[in-house]
Amino acid sequence: MTTLYTSDHEWLRIEGDVATIGITDYAQSQLGDVVFVELPKVGRSLKKAEAAAVVESVKAASDVYAPITGEVIEVNEALAAEPALVNSDAGGKAWFFKLKIADKGELGGLMDEAAYAAHTA
Amino acid sequence: MLAHETSPLKQTPLHALHLARGAKMVPFAGYDMPVQYTAGVLKEHLHTRKDAGLFDVSHMGQLVLKAKSGKVGDAALALEKLVPQDIVGIAPGRQRYAQFTNDDGGLLDDLMVANFGDHLFLVVNAACKAEDEAHLRAHLSDTCEIVSLANRALIALQGPKAESALAQLCADVSSMKFMDAGPRRVADIDCFVSRSGYTGEDGFEISVPADKAEALVTALLDNPDVLPIGLGARDSLRLEAGLCLYGHDIDTTTTPVEGALEWSMQKVRRSGGARAGGFLGADKILTQFAQGASRRRVGLRPDGRAPVREGAPLFADAASTEQIGKVTSGGFGPSLNAPVAMGYLPTSLSAVGTTVFAEVRGQRLPLKVAATPFVPNTYKR
Repeated sequence: MTTLYTSDHEWLRIEGDVATIGITDYAQSQLGDVVFVELPKVGRSLKKAEAAAVVESVKAASDVYAPITGEVIEVNEALAAEPALVNSDAGGKAWFFKLKIADKGELGGLMDEAAYAAHTA
Repeated sequence: MLAHETSPLKQTPLHALHLARGAKMVPFAGYDMPVQYTAGVLKEHLHTRKDAGLFDVSHMGQLVLKAKSGKVGDAALALEKLVPQDIVGIAPGRQRYAQFTNDDGGLLDDLMVANFGDHLFLVVNAACKAEDEAHLRAHLSDTCEIVSLANRALIALQGPKAESALAQLCADVSSMKFMDAGPRRVADIDCFVSRSGYTGEDGFEISVPADKAEALVTALLDNPDVLPIGLGARDSLRLEAGLCLYGHDIDTTTTPVEGALEWSMQKVRRSGGARAGGFLGADKILTQFAQGASRRRVGLRPDGRAPVREGAPLFADAASTEQIGKVTSGGFGPSLNAPVAMGYLPTSLSAVGTTVFAEVRGQRLPLKVAATPFVPNTYKR
């Protein structure tokens, strides 16, 4: 299992041909208290960089982009009921959606943990 | 925000204190202001409703309007040329909400006006303060002196424990009622105190000399009931209280009638009153007052949990392509644990309980017209 990161502060956990996607702890700390999460529909095909989900704090709405191309195979319904999970466990229980990876070549453009740590330093 | 990059942001006298308290600073009306502290918007909002919150609002404009005759009544009569409110009727030691109108009946700003005995004390919005001062000078200079109190800070102390916190520094304040205002000694500092605010809670606004502001705020924050609160929670608190934000919910294109602010126009200035009209835009505003306006500002409660934010277009039904209105303020109300908004609708669709639809990210979300305030106010009347 590999964890990769985007410059937009999303993480991807790669298991076989499935990527689980969420936002980083750094991202949630910048957003503040999350009060609403909108998730994509299961079955939707997402292109890399397409707006896929929305996370809203008291102050503002932010898009969560598809970091790679793929089909949505599962979404985290727990976030709709408890958006604050994004603040308490951004890197774990607060995953947003799972994609069936269309092109593993796209993973090459993402950061590993060390590179992401340098990006947010 | 780009506009601010060319001119340095101004700082309030409490800037260093904000940084020391871990505030996240943002540009607002030309000032570097705290949007939140380490607690975050949600906790700051709830703390203000439960205990007490302290806000730096020193960016706002403070002005003295004094008649050359020396009589406060003459200053009040002069100001009545620029606002549709009864200023003459503000008793000494009292304060009132008002708006500057323009020739078209639109609003140049909203403000607070207090009678300090021999002069009027005005508090205006930060983004409008230079224009407001110029407007006063252009219209009232022949009879009045206009003095900008740029060397004073302004802080707001709001919430159910505001009185007990302030009473430790100024015994006088407990006897004040909502909209009482005047000079008070607070922590041995000469201040102007009003029992008012912008949160829907009981509370105070305190004008303090700039060089004493940090000492006063530090003394108030020594009280464990009092937390510093940023502009983020200030906005969610005023939205739950149904209070207008100038430049968003009201502006030069909205009249007091369209803005549902008729309550703020006392009878004496309305048609048939002893001093009816006589303010800029009176013909249009008084005609609308009698006949109604075609659109009206309303409170809106989205059905689901998705916030509907400023700028969202409004529609009569889920399929209609004809936009009928617009959201002018919207977000999440932490005390209601639900989204809240306000905006403009055709008057025919402005009755409480009417369902309309907002377009958010390509979807139509239902909202109901709702009475404001969304959260009952707790003013000490």
